[in-house]
Amino acid sequence: MTIKGKAYIAGAFEHPTRHAPDKSVAQLHAEVALGALADAGLTRDDVDGYFCAGDAPGPGPATMAEYLNLTKLRHVDSTELGGTSYVALAGHAAAAIALGQCDVALITLAGRPRSEGMATGTTPRLRDPNQPEAGFEFPYGLTTANGYAMCAMRHMHQYGTTSEQLAWIKVAASHHAQHNANAMLPELVTVADVVASPLIADPLHRLDCCVISDGGGALVIVRPEIAKSLSRPLVKIVGAGETVKHLAGGTFDLTTSGAARSGPAAFAEAGVKPADIKYVSIYDSFTITVLIQLEDLGFCAKGAGGKFVSDGNLISGSGKLPFNTDGGGLCNNHPANRGGMTKVIEAVRQLRGEAHPAVQVKNCDLALAQGTGMQLGTRHCSATLIMERE
Amino acid sequence: MIARKISVPIVTVESAPFWNAARQGRFVVPTCAACGKTHWYPRAVCPFCGAENIDWRAAFGEGTIYSFSVMRRAKEPYAIAYVTLAEGPTMLTNIVDCNFDTLHIGQSVRVAFGETENGPPVPLFRPG
Ligand SMILES: [Zn+2]
Repeated sequence: MTIKGKAYIAGAFEHPTRHAPDKSVAQLHAEVALGALADAGLTRDDVDGYFCAGDAPGPGPATMAEYLNLTKLRHVDSTELGGTSYVALAGHAAAAIALGQCDVALITLAGRPRSEGMATGTTPRLRDPNQPEAGFEFPYGLTTANGYAMCAMRHMHQYGTTSEQLAWIKVAASHHAQHNANAMLPELVTVADVVASPLIADPLHRLDCCVISDGGGALVIVRPEIAKSLSRPLVKIVGAGETVKHLAGGTFDLTTSGAARSGPAAFAEAGVKPADIKYVSIYDSFTITVLIQLEDLGFCAKGAGGKFVSDGNLISGSGKLPFNTDGGGLCNNHPANRGGMTKVIEAVRQLRGEAHPAVQVKNCDLALAQGTGMQLGTRHCSATLIMERE
Repeated sequence: MIARKISVPIVTVESAPFWNAARQGRFVVPTCAACGKTHWYPRAVCPFCGAENIDWRAAFGEGTIYSFSVMRRAKEPYAIAYVTLAEGPTMLTNIVDCNFDTLHIGQSVRVAFGETENGPPVPLFRPG
C-alpha cells in the first residue's frame, strides 16, 4: 500500500498576519480553514476529514470542528509531532484518502505566541511533570536555543562547520524575504551581519534564530477525482515519511536528525532521489536545523553541509538548491512556533508557479517539505513530504 | 558556587532512588542487572533490554564534555552541556566553576552537586 498519487493538495492558505492581538486562536484557525477552502474552490460542507495538532485550542478536533461547524466528518486525526505535525498530517490525510476514510481533508494551524509575549526560545519551559525526563532536564536550564546550540557546537567540532557557513542560511532566507510583503524581516543581511549579531547561546547568534510571530495556515487535500474537477493546478502527494529521534538511553549523536530516516522513506515511496528535487522547504527554527536536515536528506554528505550552504547555494535563481523562498521561519514567520505548515504551503506555491516571480523556481515539478518538531538537542519528530506537479 | 538558582527537580516514584542517593551526596547511575548496561536518564525499565531489574551503582563521577553551550542571553549566563560518563551514557548537566571561554568538547570534568531550594541537590560537573 502506498499513498503515491492517491491524494492532491487542492487548497493552501497562509494567514497574512504576523501580529494578531485582536484575534483569538480559534478565530485564526477558522480564517485559515476558510482561506484554504476558498483557494481550492470548496466549502465547509465538503470537508469530511479534519486534522489538527497541539496548537488547536482545548482538546483539538472536537473544539475546532464545533467552532468551524464541520458537520460531515467521518475521519479525524490530532497527531501531535510539534512544529512538523502539518508535514506529517499531510501524509496522514493522503493515507486516509487512499483508504477511503475521507474525500476532503482539512488541516489547520494557528497561534499567537507574539501577542502572548512568550520568550519561547530562551526560557526553560516546565512541562508535564509525568514526562519521565523532566527532572533530569529542567533544573539545568535547557531551552530551545541552547539545545539546538549544542547540536551546532558538536557539528562544528566533528566536521569543522563554521559560524560563517551557518550564516549563509540566514543570508539566503533574507534574499527571499525581501520579496515577501508580509515578512517580519524583509531586509537583506550579510554573513558579517549574522556573525556580528549578539550571541544567544554559543555558537548561535540572534540572526541564527527564527522569528516569533502570530498567524497560521491551512491545507485542503482531496481525492484525485475531486482535484481534477477543481480549477487549481494539480499538486500530487507522492511520498511521505515520519519518525522520532531521541537520546536512546544516553547513546546519541547530536549531529543527525530524524530526517535521516523520514527522508529515505519518502524518497523510496516517491521513487525519486535528492538530485531530482527542484525546490525544498526545510524547517528553519535555527540555521543549524537546516544544515543538519539537508545532510540527512542526502542533498550532501554528512558533515559537508557547511560547504554546501555557502556562497548563496540556497538562493533561488543563483544557487543549486533553492530553499524557503518565502523567507522561512528565519525571516518570514513562525506561526504558533510551528513551521511545518508554511513549509508545505510554500512548496505548493512553487509547484503551482505561484511563488513571487523573483523567487519562482523554473519548471518546478518536484518539491520536498521537511520538518523537525520539538527539540533537535533532545527528542524530536521528523516528517518528510514529497510533492509533484502533474 | 554558581550564581544561577537551580530549579528543584521533579522527583517521581521512579526516580526517587536516584534523588535519595543524591541527598546523601552519592551520584549513582542506573545499571541493568540483566544486560549490564548503564543508561541515562534514569528509568525503571531498561531501555536496552526491557528488564525491570535496575541497580543504582555508585558512579566514578568522571566524564568528558560531548557538547556544550553558554546561555549568553540569560541574566546570569550559564553553561549547559552533555557529559559522557565513564560508565558510558551521555547526560545533560551544567558545567560550573569554569571559564566559559576555555570550555571545550573533550574536556575532562568531575561531578559536583549543586544545592536546590528545599529539594535534593542535582549533579553538576566542574573541570578537573
Ligand atoms: Zn538491560
